[in-house]
Amino acid sequence: MTVELGHYCLVLALVLSLCQSVVPIIGSQRNDMRLMATADWTAPATFLFLALSFAALVKANVTSDFSVQNVWANSHTLKPLLYKYTGVWGNHEGSMLLWVLILAMFAASVAVFGKNLPPALRANVLAVQAWILASFVLFILVTSNPFIRLDPAPFEGQDLNPVLQDIGLAIHPPLLYLGYVGFSITFSFAMAAMISGRIDAAWARWVRPWALAAWVFLTAGIAMGSYWAYYELGWGGYWFWDPVENASFIPWLTGTALLHSALVMEKREALKVWTILLALITFSMSLLGTFLVRSGVLTSVHAFATDPERGVFILAILILFIGGSLFLFAIRAPLLRTGGLFTPISREGALVFNNLFLTTAAATVLVGTLYPLVIEAVNGAKISVGEPFFNLTFGPLMIPLLLAVPIGPLLSWKRGDLMGALQRLYFAAGSALFVMILVLAFTTDAPVLAVLGIGISVWVTLGAFAEIITRSGFPKKSLPVAFKRVAGLPRSIWGSALGHAGMGLTLLGIVGVGAFQHEIITSVTPGQKVDVAGYSVQFDRVLPRKGSNYIEDVVLFNVTAPNGNTFQMQPSKRVYTTRRMPTTEAAIETFWFSQLYISPGDVALDGSVTVRFWWKPLVTLIWLGPLSMVFGGLISLSDRRLRIGAPTTAKARRKEVEVKASA
Amino acid sequence: MTRKQKRLAVIGGMGAVLLVAVLLVMTALRDEIVFFYTPSDIITGDKANSGQRIRLGGLVKEGSIVRNGSEIGFTVTDTDQEISVAYTGILPDLFREGQGVVTEGVITPQNTLIADTVLAKHDENYVPKEVADALKEKGVWQGDNKP
Repeated sequence: MTVELGHYCLVLALVLSLCQSVVPIIGSQRNDMRLMATADWTAPATFLFLALSFAALVKANVTSDFSVQNVWANSHTLKPLLYKYTGVWGNHEGSMLLWVLILAMFAASVAVFGKNLPPALRANVLAVQAWILASFVLFILVTSNPFIRLDPAPFEGQDLNPVLQDIGLAIHPPLLYLGYVGFSITFSFAMAAMISGRIDAAWARWVRPWALAAWVFLTAGIAMGSYWAYYELGWGGYWFWDPVENASFIPWLTGTALLHSALVMEKREALKVWTILLALITFSMSLLGTFLVRSGVLTSVHAFATDPERGVFILAILILFIGGSLFLFAIRAPLLRTGGLFTPISREGALVFNNLFLTTAAATVLVGTLYPLVIEAVNGAKISVGEPFFNLTFGPLMIPLLLAVPIGPLLSWKRGDLMGALQRLYFAAGSALFVMILVLAFTTDAPVLAVLGIGISVWVTLGAFAEIITRSGFPKKSLPVAFKRVAGLPRSIWGSALGHAGMGLTLLGIVGVGAFQHEIITSVTPGQKVDVAGYSVQFDRVLPRKGSNYIEDVVLFNVTAPNGNTFQMQPSKRVYTTRRMPTTEAAIETFWFSQLYISPGDVALDGSVTVRFWWKPLVTLIWLGPLSMVFGGLISLSDRRLRIGAPTTAKARRKEVEVKASA
Repeated sequence: MTRKQKRLAVIGGMGAVLLVAVLLVMTALRDEIVFFYTPSDIITGDKANSGQRIRLGGLVKEGSIVRNGSEIGFTVTDTDQEISVAYTGILPDLFREGQGVVTEGVITPQNTLIADTVLAKHDENYVPKEVADALKEKGVWQGDNKP
């Protein structure tokens, strides 16, 4: 019964979003407040119905209701409870339902938290959001309905793909979707602005928090997915330039560009046309990503559902939204007046530089991702575009960008002083040189590029804090005064410092692993010792064990660290009984920022095991960097309301004045 | 510099960056892409030159796997022709005889593939898309064994 209710709620959500697609926009054209106001309740109501629908699917999964085809295909009575919850979105239908749920959540939060937006803008934003929502809910109902029943109901389910039976599935897709789908709001804002024809600095102020929130989620989602692949797949890699990874990375690049260009628009009324275009492109890339993942046109680890009908449907949605928005852009963009002149050496100039490199980089990743498709369509040849392509194209584009990152925030608006900015970066530059010399002195065969990479990462990481140090007045002012000044700085400065420093840290991790990783593949017999970067690893024995829905051979290793500490590591080979599918569970031990990684192969008949050992120096920085970016984003986000000019309601302003008066 | 000259310099700079990017992409697309071949493409079609880096796809021939510690040899077949593959390392979890596989490496003049990557993806019914297409072309495809 709940399943049918869930299905019914999904249909109701479609009907409501269809209303919301039309009514508010008519209201805004006729300036009819009542029509516009309907979106204020239809948006939360749509979200409510989708949440109920989602809850019905969760219930079907948790209670193992195998009369539902989707549950039967992806669950099992013996599956651990956590994975009965997370398995809801571990398949095509469920993940699409999560997608629309998040889309509706963003629309509802604009309706609830956007009370200070001009009514016409809010109505248009919600209407555009409803167009997207209606398209995708229709897509689910027509091609990917999770509520289809099986009759007779099977006795037992087919279990979830073992690779997905991990805590990573609980976190990675929801975060990624919050990011992907979050950019729908900036898209809707851009569309709404073009419909009404009113685009100014205020628009950028309203959009920035949404863009920032989506960016924070997307950053966290990508980093989480990268770490999940690293420990779960047992290949020791953190990024494969897989089409699906690229599909999330392209919106991240353009979204990062959008964050920066919106800053220029907000402060200086410049780059309007460009910012609007970026907002459209970023969500278009999210849609393209959804298409690539969901249609299965590209072979990928993630393509767990492939069906041509779905592909065609999403392609239609894709063409409609990308084509429609660019068409509207072509008509409206010439009408936009840009203001705010600036010289090339200025904060605006630096942000344009940032945008130029980020979008070019995004374009190269896009070309590399789609090229195999194009070639196959043109002459039928099958090719693969892998890491070497991206290293040669994406890599060189990042170098000038990273070199410029610390300089940008030190330039003033309109007309900057490059020499002045560089003077404040002496410390960062000196440290970078010092570290490069250290690396050359203490390693024997470090590649030149690696030394350069380390230098750049130190430059970026330390340079990120140059603005804060300059503003504190240290060392000219005494330490207490400097601290007081730092405490008084706007939080957004900390936000950008942490964000930029995160870039440097990630680069350091990538270079550390890329150049100094130590890998040993060898066959070991019980009692045999292997030396991995100073860690003595002894193969003990193989221990069979039984889990709730799998059996495993645990390969025991006794490890002695260089400092004499001993501990045990237990990687294993698992076989999930229902699907008869083997998986490898790597064992990972963290020492500061570096990790020892052991991934076993099959146990041979004579008792020997082929094992892959890795020493991965500084590897955790690859994910600590994005964590720093996420913190930076959150700090900036918390700063919003305090910033000058940020929209506040009259009531809130009165309150603030009262508080000040009483203080 | 006048304003006009400045503007020209800026646009020129942007154009230069884009030009460099386009050149990089074109070079990379010429040198860094890897073609996918079946054993027939290599032996009868003579498509790959020795020393070239390729992706080889097909089925793992029954009874062809030879292990010597971490050194592994096996044969990839498309039921028509076959190529032997040498690989050092750990085979993926779903690598099995009679199953689809994609290997990447350098082809020798003796038509042996020295592979550094072996892909067999994480699904019990999975046959890599390229392999499935190639087998369909040959008419030996066993059909989509979907649940």
